Amino acid sequence: MQNKIPLSRRHFLRQTTLTTMGFALGAPIVFGHFMPKGLTPVALSNGASFDSLPGKRPEMIVLNERPVNAETPPHLLNDVLTPKDLFFVRNNGLPPRRDEINADTWTIRFDGEALRTEKSFTLAELKAQFKHYTYQLTLECGGNGRKEFNPPAKGNQWGLGAVGCAAWTGVRLKDVLNAIGLKSNAVYIGYYGKDMHLSGDPDKNPISRGVPMSKALEEESLIAWAMNGEDLPLLNGYPVRLVFGGWPASCSGKWLERISIRNKVHDGAKMVGQSYRVPCKPVAPGSKVEDKDMCIIESMPVKSLITYPKSGAQIKAGKQLPINGHAWAGDLEVAKVEYSIDFGATWQACQLKPPANRLAWQQFNASVSFPQKGYYEVWAKAIDSNGQAQPMLLPGWNPKGYLNNACHRIAIKVA
Amino acid sequence: MPNHQHMDEQQKEAYDKALRDSFRVLMSAIKLLLILVVGILLYIPLKSDIQQWLSPKPVVKTVSNSGVQPNEEDFDKVENGVHLATGLKFAPGFEDVRANCTVCHSAALVTQNRATREGWDQMLTWMQETQGLWDLGPKRARILDYLAEYYAPEAQGRRASLDLQEIEWYILDLE
Ligand code: HEC
Repeated sequence: MQNKIPLSRRHFLRQTTLTTMGFALGAPIVFGHFMPKGLTPVALSNGASFDSLPGKRPEMIVLNERPVNAETPPHLLNDVLTPKDLFFVRNNGLPPRRDEINADTWTIRFDGEALRTEKSFTLAELKAQFKHYTYQLTLECGGNGRKEFNPPAKGNQWGLGAVGCAAWTGVRLKDVLNAIGLKSNAVYIGYYGKDMHLSGDPDKNPISRGVPMSKALEEESLIAWAMNGEDLPLLNGYPVRLVFGGWPASCSGKWLERISIRNKVHDGAKMVGQSYRVPCKPVAPGSKVEDKDMCIIESMPVKSLITYPKSGAQIKAGKQLPINGHAWAGDLEVAKVEYSIDFGATWQACQLKPPANRLAWQQFNASVSFPQKGYYEVWAKAIDSNGQAQPMLLPGWNPKGYLNNACHRIAIKVA
Repeated sequence: MPNHQHMDEQQKEAYDKALRDSFRVLMSAIKLLLILVVGILLYIPLKSDIQQWLSPKPVVKTVSNSGVQPNEEDFDKVENGVHLATGLKFAPGFEDVRANCTVCHSAALVTQNRATREGWDQMLTWMQETQGLWDLGPKRARILDYLAEYYAPEAQGRRASLDLQEIEWYILDLE
């Protein structure tokens, strides 16, 4: 499959981005005069530039360099807390440059129809005026697993690794909103970030999403400036972002500059149309679905990942294979994790730890024995506190390929 | 003209030479103008062909060594029918796609996706309506033909088997 850019090509791509760009712009672009102003310089100056994955490990699988979209190979997600340099990146536009950001003077504006008064806080004021909290919160891209959908779904073809769980430190969004004063007609919050639209048009937002008030006012909903006790990585929203654990990560706005408290469902970029929405009623694979029949994704479905061993292990006959990984279930808790070595015919229980706090992923492990030599697949299946289990085949097809929570499979040879 | 009759031989010769010279200059100017006019007349209908012809040509290589990193000079290289710098299939329509589809995002967003002509058509329309993609004029059909031909969906059933080609087998020593 050519939907992964291995490291060897990454260097090459980086090296040639500018040249490619130069050529692309010099090549005949019929109707190029319709290009918005400002596009050319932006494309050239910001062209995924030359260290497009600052602060990330080279093992990351890069799906796209401009905008940056990169996922973590599953076996590198083995830590309870995903390290900063391995946390996946889903950018919709071009992040601000590091030297454009002054964390001391960074300001977040609160406005919207459903707020008593508009108010701005510098990051320093937020830190000084509100109590700090740290929670381990799982973030997963709504499109994680997209590449398995058939017929193919549009967008970056994510495999397994657009998920991570970190310890996020910040203030509770609800503390800040209550201090400013919410009106009774508040319905939704919508965020705006400092990232720039790919076209370079300053009037366009690459993405501006949010969550309903019920989620915004949860205790674990944070305006966060730290990840695992350190500054956020630039690509994950430095200096400050929202974190809503268990919901599509696109709800958790990065490079946070403004929060609007809306008296209706927020209608920013990628809230509307087909983005981050699935058919309200199940549809046959490949169906065309009208925008009005698409519903916003809220809590993510139950899912798990085997992070040890890496797929492809060859072991000696008669040995027990230890396996372990994480399981998560959106707003819910994971109740059980099971594994199968016979393609789902029989299932064995794994040991499962409780979450560190609500919305943190949970660790499972088991010791697997194999009846004879041969090729095996170890499948893992998590079941949430409502009794919903991961499917073995793909879940309901949807036009944009969201919410694939089919069982993770690793290949093992016993020789 | 009475004055002429009074010109001496030398004067007359100089006068003739000047006349000849200015005539020659005039003729060259007319010739140049003609060439220019014909050139412009030819250029207008052939504009895109000429531009295409002037733009750098990819070097088609038959041998594959995909693990090797090409350097900057090889930037227009094509291997196994794939244009290395962009990762796009090198086939009719390639130039239009490169020129129009790698400006905002990298070509990786194109090459990752598979869709029918209708599906591609919907993606272009979505980008035009919401993301600032310009009117592609007659190139739209050519771009769609290219995408539908070379980035078409492949049937794979409800869930594909693990891709055994992609697994890197390794020895795991256990106690
Ligand atoms: C004016 C800017 C611009 C141009 C030019 C452009 N695109 Fe896009 N395209 C975008 C943006 C913005 C996105 C969303 C990127 C993201 O979400 O990461 C996008 C997304 C896509 C996607 C993913 C679709 C999805 O639903 O997520 C595909 C495929 C794509 N573009 C193909 C193309 C092709 C083919 C062309 C050439 C005809 C093209 N693009 C030209 C701006 C552009």
